Amino acid sequence: MGVNSSPSLGGDGFVTTTIESLANWGRKNSLWPMPFGTACCAIEMMAVFASRYDLSRFGAEVARFSPRQADLMLVSGTITYKMASVCRRIYDQMPEPKWVIAMGSCTCGGGPFDSYAVVQGIDEFLPVDVYIGGCPPRPEAVIDAVMKIQKKIEMEGAPIV
Amino acid sequence: MSLDLAQVLDVLNSKFPQSILDVKEYRGETTILISKDKLRDIFGFLKEKFEFTFLADLTAVDYLEIKSPRYEVVYHLHRFGPDCEENVRIRIKAEVSEKDLSIQSLTPIWSGADWLEREVYDMFGIEFTGHPDLRRILMPEDYGPYPLRKDFDVRDREASKESFKKELEQGPE
Repeated sequence: MGVNSSPSLGGDGFVTTTIESLANWGRKNSLWPMPFGTACCAIEMMAVFASRYDLSRFGAEVARFSPRQADLMLVSGTITYKMASVCRRIYDQMPEPKWVIAMGSCTCGGGPFDSYAVVQGIDEFLPVDVYIGGCPPRPEAVIDAVMKIQKKIEMEGAPIV
Repeated sequence: MSLDLAQVLDVLNSKFPQSILDVKEYRGETTILISKDKLRDIFGFLKEKFEFTFLADLTAVDYLEIKSPRYEVVYHLHRFGPDCEENVRIRIKAEVSEKDLSIQSLTPIWSGADWLEREVYDMFGIEFTGHPDLRRILMPEDYGPYPLRKDFDVRDREASKESFKKELEQGPE
């Protein structure tokens, strides 16, 4: 990006950039999360959205309970095989581009539930961008994950160095 | 009017002499073992005559390699006061053998037995005759095994995966 304020070009100044970086800049600062909370991690996720930790500082406070209006899926809580098809369907309904955070040890790898009903990690059926360990993770860890997603969005379309 | 449990047992014994198999008393809890043929009559009688109006719980136990017949269906009945110190609870069990996995449904007496019986059917494969809608309640409907049976490996996820795959292909109804 470059800033130009030459009087021959109007004086008020303008910004030069590429379409990609402008779109990435917009996307990373207005993530609309789709909260897919199924267990205790969802309580911690609510704390992340609420005033003490305040995810809106990162532009990601508008929790959309409609997948059509969301671009970040926050899967938090134990996912059973019966719930997994619902989870996958909601992911499929989200418009591109979209990102997924697996929050908590249950979503990352089944957690303590080594049982016939529980999926051993949602990456069995979803492409996960960021994993957060913990049972449940601290709100700071969730914010860190969102910042990692932001960093990832920033790099989108950039040349690999 | 409070209730004398010994009197209930006497009346039950004289009314259903062949069906009351065993009575156990442990720490103030009474457990009655009955035969499953007269099940609905006995429960209907307890509800009508002794006002055991509330079916508190209905579940089953698998006694694989411990005893035969293999399954026991367990019912908990509650009789309200009128004072709360006068509340009475009894536990009633009925044995179900592996060869004949069926038992009478209690839905005509307590409509609340509906989902409880569906859960027992889902987890143990015990069929309740006379149930209005005996389908699996927790597991997917096309799921094969019965997970709470002792010969089922809890870590066996193959059947779950198959149901999940099918569900993904078919999509929502």
